[in-house]
Amino acid sequence: MIDRAPVLRLEHIVKTFPGVRALDDVSLSVLPGEVHALMGENGAGKSTLMKVLGGIYQPDAGQIVVDEKPVVMASPLEAKARGIVFIHQELSLAGELTVAENIYLGELPRKRFGLVDWDTLYSRTDAILEKLKVGFDARTLVGSLSIANQQMVEIARALTVDARAVIFDEPTASLTDAEKVVLFDVIEDLKAHGVGIIYISHRMEEIFRITDRITVLRDGTHQGTVNTAETDEEAVTQLMIGRKLDLSRNVSHHEIGDVALEVRGLSCGHLFKDISFEVYRGEVVGFYGLVGAGRTEIAETLFGLRDPSDGKILLDGKEVRIASPAEAIARGISLVPEDRKGQGLILGMNCRDNITLPQIDDLKAGPFVDEGSEIAIFDKYRDRLDIRTPGWKQLVGNLSGGNQQKIVIGKWLAMHPSVLILDEPTRGIDVGSKSEIHNLIRELAAQGYAVIVISSEMPEVLHVSDRIIAMYCGRIMRTFTSDEVNEENLIQAISGIGTENGNSTA
Amino acid sequence: MQAGTLSTFLKRGAIWGFIVLELIFFSVAGEFLSLSDKAFMDAGNMLLLLKQTAPLGIIAMGMTIIMINGNIDLSVGATFALCAIVLLDSLTWPIFAGLGDGVIPVAWALALLTGIALGALNGLIVWKTGVDAFIVTLGSMLGYRGLVFMYNGEQPTSHLNWTLVDFAEAQWLGLHTATWFLLFVTVAIWFLMNRTVHGRNAYAIGDNRTAAVNAGIRVGPHMMINFMIIGFLAALSAVVFYSESGSVNPNDGELYELWVITAVVLGGTKLTGGSGSIISTFGGVLAIQLLRKGLAHIGTNTETVNLVIGLILIAVLFLDRQLNLKGKEELKV
Repeated sequence: MIDRAPVLRLEHIVKTFPGVRALDDVSLSVLPGEVHALMGENGAGKSTLMKVLGGIYQPDAGQIVVDEKPVVMASPLEAKARGIVFIHQELSLAGELTVAENIYLGELPRKRFGLVDWDTLYSRTDAILEKLKVGFDARTLVGSLSIANQQMVEIARALTVDARAVIFDEPTASLTDAEKVVLFDVIEDLKAHGVGIIYISHRMEEIFRITDRITVLRDGTHQGTVNTAETDEEAVTQLMIGRKLDLSRNVSHHEIGDVALEVRGLSCGHLFKDISFEVYRGEVVGFYGLVGAGRTEIAETLFGLRDPSDGKILLDGKEVRIASPAEAIARGISLVPEDRKGQGLILGMNCRDNITLPQIDDLKAGPFVDEGSEIAIFDKYRDRLDIRTPGWKQLVGNLSGGNQQKIVIGKWLAMHPSVLILDEPTRGIDVGSKSEIHNLIRELAAQGYAVIVISSEMPEVLHVSDRIIAMYCGRIMRTFTSDEVNEENLIQAISGIGTENGNSTA
Repeated sequence: MQAGTLSTFLKRGAIWGFIVLELIFFSVAGEFLSLSDKAFMDAGNMLLLLKQTAPLGIIAMGMTIIMINGNIDLSVGATFALCAIVLLDSLTWPIFAGLGDGVIPVAWALALLTGIALGALNGLIVWKTGVDAFIVTLGSMLGYRGLVFMYNGEQPTSHLNWTLVDFAEAQWLGLHTATWFLLFVTVAIWFLMNRTVHGRNAYAIGDNRTAAVNAGIRVGPHMMINFMIIGFLAALSAVVFYSESGSVNPNDGELYELWVITAVVLGGTKLTGGSGSIISTFGGVLAIQLLRKGLAHIGTNTETVNLVIGLILIAVLFLDRQLNLKGKEELKV
């Protein structure tokens, strides 16, 4: 396959951030007409590498070669000018504008006096859309298109420049099966035109269906590049993990109590379907899956932020309807949300006020808030969780990520819940606080809390969970006990490989 | 020193520094430019200034809590006029004829209840429809003003009750009745926002509504209560002012909403919610009133006064933005 010159080469790229070597001597080359998969677990360095390629980060060492010429990608604009085009997972389109306007945004063809040359705009756009064989035209409003078709608009935008390489980042995350077929056809078409393609995905089935070579990263290092035809899922998984269960799984053995939470056949539109599981007191249940697998949406439903379309929720054996977070809290369910700053904290308020926020109604002395008992509660949880802050007056916006997360957890512990749900509890938190939070989660279970941990980091779920529920596309694929789970079967379950085994429990 | 203390001090203290600057400027400039012999900082003049601050100041306290909560109320001027009409007209209703001066508290109560009801209507619509408060109160501003005109056409509504006038013009410890009302409202609202659950939750909702909901706070009722409070305060402002003047034109209170918002913003409350101080709003209304009075004192004509206030508002907010920029790494949007 090396008979053609690569359109793009990343050579010995090194990138460090304070305290982290995000990329360590990583190389990647893309041949014309090749689909090259880039794989690795979360945090392996895929995004960093692509940001280097896109001119968002500058590498500390190494070089980028486009069409055999070394280049410096000084900015995203420069990357685009050199024919490197990104199709992001998150679409960035203006819904109120037409397809044509979106495609030529910023470079609309003009006539005299700066007027837009609509005829040229629409005819050029239609020419591109014809190549893509899509079912809409240049005048369609982008907002009225399906996600797949919006992705097509992004791709059409890529075709307005003379694309040498196109990077797809998890393009199928929000596509239906039929829409995927259309996308794969387009990729075939790009291939046929000699464009090089980098395809980032966790989904094995797709990788083996459309890619020619696979490069695997782990912890910022290049683990190898293999021809897709000469390898299999197991070998790739092995490369991604790189080790056989060298993680100590810290499942301390303590008494498991009664069922605290039971979920039966819970569904919510297309977000998740037929979810059944139970959580016992004293147990940590981990939810593992790809972004978009529906884990957060289940948590939001249990917390009253979404109305289920079907199914039952039982607390202590009694069926309940949870219409709002206020009701969830009253019934003893607490949620530490995924986005700490956006959903969990009042950044402009001090530490004490954030911790007592859900319960100040019960902390009154006459008409006023009893600040004395508030401070007592703050002191208690500062000591218990080792929250490092100069004092209760400190605004939570000024704390580190780890201490902010402890404030959120402390806020809920102060409510004495029976079910504690933690969504990505250690995202963006330094290593030290991370292990403190892991220990805390185990400790809480030992004290009899029923704990649900949602995480996209495999070591984390393996480390803290008594049982792990693997989800894929809104469904439970398999429930593992801590004895039977390993990194391999877990990766396979969340990539949609293997049989559905939704209701098995330990 | 704790991080952020200096900038907090600058933000909180800025409005008072501005007021001192105004006092010095007008005292000095007044020596040369004023047509009258009286000094600008004459005690009587200052007491009068406080009294004149009261109508806008009372409403501004309500606007502060509305804005901290993340909303806005454009209907306060119309509410003010409508409540004034209810006050003056109800004093003459035949059914109250037998009450003598006993009609006064009844008329006051009717006007205040009207204010609360109008505010509650705003709040209920914002709560139940989820439509932005800006749009809802833009509509009610027009609607309530329409009611004012329906009541008496283009005619002023007038009634002078001398007992009421005496009460409104009275001075106690040197301060006028209206000033006392302003001070009382300021203290009450300060306690509400800084010491009660309602105040705490209002800040939380304005700062991060999602996080507030996730903490189990019921957002709607808090917003509705705040709208009822501002309705009540707009009515109270009308009651205090018209007890003395005794005559309301259907155009009265127009642009009040904008003056009030100007004062609140000048006091440092954020339009986006979650941050603001009652005491600084007090400073904001004082600063504006000082500016109007001071400019008049040195012989500036009315048109120029508005131009100057507008420029100062923009300059102050630009300065505030510069002080608050976190650094060059901030996103350019």
